[in-house]
Amino acid sequence: MFGSFWYSIKQAALQVVRNRAMSIASLFSITAMMLILGLFFVLIVNIGVAMETAKMDYDTVSVYLTDEVTYDSAMKMADQLRAMSEVAEVSYLDKDTALSQWKVQYWGENAYLLDTLPENPLPNSIEVTVKELSGADAVVEKAKSFQGVEDIKYYRDTVQKLVKITDSLKVAMLIIMAFLVLVSIVVVSNTIKLTVFARQREIEIMKYVGATNWFIRGPFLAEGIFIGIIAAGISVGVVAALYGKIVQLMGTDMSLMIGSPMVSVQFLVVNLVWVFLALGISIGACGSIVSMRRFLDT
Amino acid sequence: MIVFDHVTKKFAANVGLEDVSIKINKGDFVFVVGPTGAGKSTFIKLILKEIEADSGSIKVSGKEITTMANREIPKLRRNIGIVFQDFRLLPKKTVYENVAFAMEIIHMSPKQIRKQVPAVLSLVGISNKANKYPHELSQGEQQRVAIARAIVNNPTVLIADEPTGNLDPDTAWEIMRLLEQINLRGTTIVMVTHAKDIVDKMGKRVVAIEKGHIVRDEFGSYGKDTNGMGMYPGGLLKKSYVR
Repeated sequence: MFGSFWYSIKQAALQVVRNRAMSIASLFSITAMMLILGLFFVLIVNIGVAMETAKMDYDTVSVYLTDEVTYDSAMKMADQLRAMSEVAEVSYLDKDTALSQWKVQYWGENAYLLDTLPENPLPNSIEVTVKELSGADAVVEKAKSFQGVEDIKYYRDTVQKLVKITDSLKVAMLIIMAFLVLVSIVVVSNTIKLTVFARQREIEIMKYVGATNWFIRGPFLAEGIFIGIIAAGISVGVVAALYGKIVQLMGTDMSLMIGSPMVSVQFLVVNLVWVFLALGISIGACGSIVSMRRFLDT
Repeated sequence: MIVFDHVTKKFAANVGLEDVSIKINKGDFVFVVGPTGAGKSTFIKLILKEIEADSGSIKVSGKEITTMANREIPKLRRNIGIVFQDFRLLPKKTVYENVAFAMEIIHMSPKQIRKQVPAVLSLVGISNKANKYPHELSQGEQQRVAIARAIVNNPTVLIADEPTGNLDPDTAWEIMRLLEQINLRGTTIVMVTHAKDIVDKMGKRVVAIEKGHIVRDEFGSYGKDTNGMGMYPGGLLKKSYVR
């Protein structure tokens, strides 16, 4: 068993060296595919993270109260909301706290300008965090029934639109990725077919002497996997370098623009390595098995 | 050893073999003769299970092979050595490596290989060429390497498909003596040939196939041509039209 394993590895290495030009050609094609895949992957991951961030921001319903509502009655409303199954968390935000939060979040250094306001323009509010975005409707209905509610704000429509857009983006990208993987398999199988052609006589003799199909396939399988692994290594390196540069150049701007940070290079590389290795190995293996099929009929 | 029982194999264009029954015993030396396209190749391919019979039964070493699963074919072939007219050596391997290759394929240990290969090379008489490449050898020497490769795993049957077809008469005779010697060690030999002089002089069992049928099965000579041309072109003559 181990004998034929090492035999395969040895033969595969020999073949790669003997068919340098073809090996390099297929290495380049797979690497190119993987680079494109990698960029899509980076995009998808970042969009996903941005979406999650957005959802987190938007899973609250703010119930603004008129100034006439006393603290005690506000607490009663809060208790009623807290009793709902859709609700995860309820907190009361008095207008003074709201103002100071507002100053910090949106005005920063210029917050002193707000000190000149004759009175606090912000209302008291009850901040409700829902478990699922879909539960927000029920919370809104309930809140509407309360006395002294001035306004209710929530971002369901916006979030749903975002989710829809990113979902269809993801599907489109998955289709493109699947297509690219298919193309890679065809490229690898054609490369290996050429090496198989070159060794047709050897394969014929092997069959006459009584070699099993898996024994014959072994070296070609190893060759395909070998090319796949190297392509994966190169692509991960290039994508990581490119992405690192992009993060470095526009990381902070991007986080201001879309309100979420970009995924870290380390996180991406760790995931990409596994995805690409799996892809490279399966592309190489499928490619070689597909190309061998015709030669091993009898 | 090899038993065909009412075997038929038809191709789209012609009849390969039709209702053929034959028994080849262990240790036999059998010549299979006949015109091109008569069904000789079909006969060999059926023994190797390279093609499937349409009907009938084929037994090799007591095993029915028509119903054999594909994954058992390698096992069957390890029991059969084969030699071709064009030698089919691997050009990038040395003589030693070409023979060792046949043993590597069936997972023999390096130790067994180191022991067996020189013994076989010595048997076929080319020990001194072990490190040469096929293109550095004469045709006769190349065929000896091919024979060494075919017998290195001690098959019970050796199939030779026109092994002297590319050789000059003297070399052809050397190869025949070698095959005879291998036969004397107990290996069954089935040799397809057009070489009339060889068949006549050897005086072995001759099976003549024509248009998919066995028309003659007896000890002795190549026999008469049935298409009215006198004798089959054999020996030197044969050689000239193959090239």
